[in-house]
Amino acid sequence: MAFGGPKKSGPGGRGKAGDKDGKGGARQRGGGLFRRRKVCRFCADKIDDINYKDVKLLSGFVPERGKVLPRRISGTCAKHQRGLRVAIVHARQLALLPYAAD
Amino acid sequence: MNRTYELIYVLKPDASEDEVNDMHKQVAEIVERMGGTIDKTENALPWGRRKLAYEIGHHKEGFYVLEVITGSGELMKEIDRRLRVTEGLLRHLIVRVDETVVKAERARTKRTEESRRRRVARGLPPDRQPGEGPQGDNDDDSGDMMFDGADMEA
Repeated sequence: MAFGGPKKSGPGGRGKAGDKDGKGGARQRGGGLFRRRKVCRFCADKIDDINYKDVKLLSGFVPERGKVLPRRISGTCAKHQRGLRVAIVHARQLALLPYAAD
Repeated sequence: MNRTYELIYVLKPDASEDEVNDMHKQVAEIVERMGGTIDKTENALPWGRRKLAYEIGHHKEGFYVLEVITGSGELMKEIDRRLRVTEGLLRHLIVRVDETVVKAERARTKRTEESRRRRVARGLPPDRQPGEGPQGDNDDDSGDMMFDGADMEA
């Protein structure tokens, strides 16, 4: 019956071995494809004050649809994402940025 | 206690120069009456006539004016109330700025101190010397932990 055979190990257990290779990016199987590490733009550029008047900066975080670009895409850190959100909301009130676009 | 605020209002794009001045005078009058000061008024680039991100009452453009005002909260409340009932105004927004300025200042000093401390720990002079290579994240590995896990699925 089913007891005889050698125990098949599950697909890799719990640990995500590939994840811990230093770069923090997903390495594609077989290929040498690294995902680039994303760094918070505001930390990197040392922007302390995320201002609602800076439409040029903010529009980079508001894709076509008009929504706020999520952190997982942009790599913005939590602190700056909060400030960013507030700035975008203010800019929207003044019609500097769209609420929604289609 | 006096605080600094920014007031931005958007007039209809067909507002004449007189109307723009008139609006400014109205604001200035309230500010004066309630013991505040207008530190700055901008209606030239990047303000002034601008395209709106969305239509407001069939208008595609608006005339933006930015005023920086120092005064009490009561004063700003009064201005807000007045602007609400003013016709010919598409939008207005009042934001307190003194706090964010202080915060940004604090963040900046903290950062320079931190980088100085790290440089000293590495046996370097606290400030960057000329010809030290390109400006980059000179000694920055510290922040890296914060971003782990920020990139999961696409």
